[in-house]
Amino acid sequence: MDAEAAKLIGAGLAAIPLAGAGVGLGLIFGNFLSGAFRNPSAAATNQPTMLLAFALTEFTGLLGFAIAMIILYTF
Amino acid sequence: MIDFRAAGGPMEQFEILPIVPIRIGGIDLSFTNSALWMLIGVAAIALFFFFATRRRALVPGRTQSVAEVLHEFISDLVRDTIGTEGRKFFPYVFTLFIFILIANLFGLFPSIPGLPHELHTFTTTSHVIVTLGLAMTTITIVVAYGVWKHGWKFLKLFAPSGLPLWLMFILVPIEIISFLSRPLSLAIRLFANMLAGHIILKLFAGFVISLLGAGGVVMALSIAPFAGAVAVMLLEFLVAALQAYVFAILTCIYLSDAAHAGDH
Repeated sequence: MDAEAAKLIGAGLAAIPLAGAGVGLGLIFGNFLSGAFRNPSAAATNQPTMLLAFALTEFTGLLGFAIAMIILYTF
Repeated sequence: MIDFRAAGGPMEQFEILPIVPIRIGGIDLSFTNSALWMLIGVAAIALFFFFATRRRALVPGRTQSVAEVLHEFISDLVRDTIGTEGRKFFPYVFTLFIFILIANLFGLFPSIPGLPHELHTFTTTSHVIVTLGLAMTTITIVVAYGVWKHGWKFLKLFAPSGLPLWLMFILVPIEIISFLSRPLSLAIRLFANMLAGHIILKLFAGFVISLLGAGGVVMALSIAPFAGAVAVMLLEFLVAALQAYVFAILTCIYLSDAAHAGDH
């Protein structure tokens, strides 16, 4: 196979982590909302924790993006 | 290396160009567009806080209220995560938050048409060297403060107390890897968010141009990518503020780890 074609396929495959990050983010926001509707008075105090979990989950997806950039621009 | 300008694609906006070329002993110390936009950001922040605190009133005016809201927001964040001990870190976290926020937001300004390429709008936080610099500063402060406060007990951060010995052999390497990945995760999160957002904006803008260039009935279709660009722009404002907040809160949590390393 052509090296350039293999590179592009690899960069495309590096987008797969988006699936995991999407599922994770959905779980975080969904569970936060279901908890917040049960006890709205406690929702505000837990918002920083929710955003922190969002940031940590998002990072796994962004690692895929970083790998795609490395494949495309450094080899 | 790929020539982004020749490509003219969505990566062109991230090219670092020298404005005042300076070379000292074979080292490139040019004043670049990245440095220019950092200076513009810092100047804007300094000017804003100068005017906000010039006439201090008990009942604040408009600029003073904005400064007070920002101050109170970070002050609460630092107190809630680190505790009263965190008072001395407030200036650092506040500076970090405002700098990242302004750098992210200024990158969203449209460029003035007709200016040379090196004076176009530039997002400094879309470069990993800038964000890694900020992240390494944070981690250096965390390690220095932890060692200064706890001495060798700072290493307790890697060994949670009350665990059986055999579990330590598994957990200590995991804790060390997790600690070492902190600066990387801080840097890559901010840089990748900014980079991805700006690439998507440029892609949508490119679709509008190419559809308008097609002529005829197809031109009417260009409204769809234009609406997409507007939606992505709104999302980018949210992301710009959210990423500054996330960087600040993670800095606070790491500082809190260092401050309370010997407690548990």
